[in-house]
Amino acid sequence: MTINAFASRRQRGYAVAAAFLAAALLTAAASPAHATQIERVISAGGIEAWVVHEPSPLIAVEFAFDGGAAQDPTDKIGLANLAASLWDEGAGDIDAKAFHARLESKSIGLSFSAGRDHVRGSLRTLTVNRDEAFDYLRLALTAPRFDPDAVERERSQLVSRLERTSTSPNDIASRTWWQAAFPGHPYGRPVAGTPDSIARIRIDDLKAFTGRVLARGKLTVAIVGDITPAEVGALLDRTFGALPAEPTLTPVADVLMQGLGRRIVVPLEVPQAVVTFGTRGIARSDPDFMAAYIVNHVLGSGTSSSRLYHEVRETRGLAYGIYDSLTWLDHTAFLIGGTATRSAVTGEAIGIIEREMSRLAEAGPTEQEVADAKSYLVGSYALGLDTSAKIAGQLVQIQLDHLGIDYIDRRAGLIEAVTLADTRRVAKRLLDAGLLVTVVGQPQGVTSSE
Amino acid sequence: MPKLPGGAEPGPKRALAFAVTLATTLSLGLIVALCPRPAAAGGLDVAHFTLGNGLEVVVIPDHRTPVVTHMVWYKVGAADETPGKSGLAHFLEHLMFKGTNKNPLGRFSQTVSTLGGHENAFTTSDYTAYYQRTPRDRLRTLMEFEADRMTGLVLTDEVVRPELQVVLEEQNMRVANNPGARLGEQMESTLYLNHPYGRPVIGWRHEIEKLDRQGALDFYRRFYTPNNAVLVVAGDVTADEVKTLAEATYGQVARVVEVAPRLRPTEPTQEAARTVTLADPRVTQPSLRRIYLAPAARTAAPGESEALDVLAGILGSGENSRLYRTLVVDQDIAVNAGAGYDGTALDYAPFRLSATPKPGITLPQIEAAMDAVLADVIEKGVTAEELERCKNRLIADAVYAQDNQTTLARWFGAALMTGLSVEDVQAWPDSVRAVTAEQVQAAARRYLDKRRSVTGYLIKDTARPEGKHT
Repeated sequence: MTINAFASRRQRGYAVAAAFLAAALLTAAASPAHATQIERVISAGGIEAWVVHEPSPLIAVEFAFDGGAAQDPTDKIGLANLAASLWDEGAGDIDAKAFHARLESKSIGLSFSAGRDHVRGSLRTLTVNRDEAFDYLRLALTAPRFDPDAVERERSQLVSRLERTSTSPNDIASRTWWQAAFPGHPYGRPVAGTPDSIARIRIDDLKAFTGRVLARGKLTVAIVGDITPAEVGALLDRTFGALPAEPTLTPVADVLMQGLGRRIVVPLEVPQAVVTFGTRGIARSDPDFMAAYIVNHVLGSGTSSSRLYHEVRETRGLAYGIYDSLTWLDHTAFLIGGTATRSAVTGEAIGIIEREMSRLAEAGPTEQEVADAKSYLVGSYALGLDTSAKIAGQLVQIQLDHLGIDYIDRRAGLIEAVTLADTRRVAKRLLDAGLLVTVVGQPQGVTSSE
Repeated sequence: MPKLPGGAEPGPKRALAFAVTLATTLSLGLIVALCPRPAAAGGLDVAHFTLGNGLEVVVIPDHRTPVVTHMVWYKVGAADETPGKSGLAHFLEHLMFKGTNKNPLGRFSQTVSTLGGHENAFTTSDYTAYYQRTPRDRLRTLMEFEADRMTGLVLTDEVVRPELQVVLEEQNMRVANNPGARLGEQMESTLYLNHPYGRPVIGWRHEIEKLDRQGALDFYRRFYTPNNAVLVVAGDVTADEVKTLAEATYGQVARVVEVAPRLRPTEPTQEAARTVTLADPRVTQPSLRRIYLAPAARTAAPGESEALDVLAGILGSGENSRLYRTLVVDQDIAVNAGAGYDGTALDYAPFRLSATPKPGITLPQIEAAMDAVLADVIEKGVTAEELERCKNRLIADAVYAQDNQTTLARWFGAALMTGLSVEDVQAWPDSVRAVTAEQVQAAARRYLDKRRSVTGYLIKDTARPEGKHT
């Protein structure tokens, strides 16, 4: 929109969004081209990374540590997010200003973010600056400074953004949905926290969180670029070797999504009502996951061939966008989607979404729909693997999902093996439970159910 | 790229599906990602040729993955619309998905989807583009479909009417529901005293409501013709095979019309600084923006557009920029501050500033602090260290961006749409390298002149009922 300077900063804390995109990419696409090139490297110090060696002037590194916002203390939600935002604000004997100056002068990109289950990081560097770039990463992870001025600066930026989004219909719809879906569970809380909870976070809290989560034993790494496995081994030890062996994590309970059948309307004076809807999903490790993935593609992938797109947008012009996706976290799984409509037709649009879900649950997809979905899901995988950073991100996700280093090779076969009968059985299981719907605006034809 | 703000970025489909829930939060990031400056790539082996019917073709080989990005760009955008019909270029972009006699509604999209491909389209003030990404061996199929709809579009009221509602919902989502976007529209229309860039790409709502089938078809027949288009193919292909395929498909499309030169009204000398204020009950965080009238890469003197790129970087890109360091770090009066410039436009390209004050700091206070930073650069120039760091970053960003073939295709396409050449794009890193501190100071002195600017205040409307939910 206006200014490009702080885009990456503003995206921090929207780990929900990141998780969605990761999920979409993961299931959206198949490049055998890279499949044969993934190497598992285990350093002398026992740190594992998946590596794709390709000639390129740049190196992309993606990594994740177990333990995200679900670890936040109840009275200090937003802790993981604030901590992650501070790891690149000065480290070792380099203060924030000098740290950024050094990164910028070598064009090294280093960023961290918090999701519900993990904190993630990403490093990109020109190959010529490789060792220096990994040094800055090491410093950021092992010796972040948390200088008071930097902490207050990040805190006020975060509060400013929370204030701004507190009247955004999209944010309210999403936040309200998560709260209603996971009441009393850490997943129901906003990753970025609230202005009040962020005000309570002290520097000691930030240090304690960092010390307890950044540990080499629950670290997942992928590296893509002009670097050999031998070089990777040495770099892994030098970069991550000084971290504690194991994190100290609070157990998070498995949880089922709540609020099925419920409607929550949040009044807001805007011309367009924003809708978030969802239902229970299916675990990534479930044998029926791929069948569910196909069913969901037929329902609401967001492409023009999906039923929701056709019925809500193309035929009736009720919305500009409508989509849903399967999402999974370490302790739950659900289906979540969204749309936005003028007030007069909001109830109608929700009715169509429910009707299409029921219709798909009852009769399942057609043979043609299943064939088309398979063709899309197999063919499009390569599109999600066309940059170094995307490949590295995908390899981290495959590791986190325990899919195996040969997953990219096996994926097309897993999709092809799904039968029409599988999709019908899974459609019934997935789409018959009713929806939790949150609406923000001045909608007609829908009211809160309590 | 001009005008993404109010604008009409990707038309239908997937990428935007996410934007429905993420619109306000991710839009900045998305736009940056989709909209780089025409950097890149002296080392790229880019082919450029023209078919007999006038269609220009650019081929950017990238053999790392078996994927191809296929884009067709038309030299028509919102600034080419007839006054009173704002939004027509973008509405037509939506209608281009409604089918032809040969390929009825849905067949093209369904085919792309079945191939595992992605498709989308976007409209700006200066151009409209359509693209698909698929496995490399499907390029011919894409070309056949795209060549067919270059002149074969068929529209009925049955498909046009619901699509108009879709576009109105898009306007709701991008603009009406978003106070910051509404301010952006008011600022841009105030900046241009005479040039049609003041018109929002998505259109003014009261004019969008009156768009119709016949108007869209008339517009289509004026601008959609091979001699007004550029084909860009990036990916796992060679120039020779693209040429053969393009001649067999696009080469068979006859010219529809000769297209007139794109001569738009130009700006008079701007003599008065302007300020606009948008008040909305939903604003919780007041903020300040300013746009200056600056030249596009095509219309700037040699080296001037690159100097503006560097000036924007030094002033407002990243945490070591002048504005961030002064307002956010040293004076501790702002939570954010930045600057931006993108010369990829046919006529003008605004130079942008923004700042969000900390609670308790007023907009005039932040504005005065911002003006002091600008005055310092105008008066004393920039340091050798700042210059070097900024140039290194801009050039490295160009290298990073080569990692993405779609980004590359967009650079070359956008450049050719806005009067630049393939050679200009390839020379960009060298042109940045050549920028001197004197040029940066001269650009600041010339263009950061308040009389050429609009300042926008986004404030809370306290007179109207509280918009915040309870």
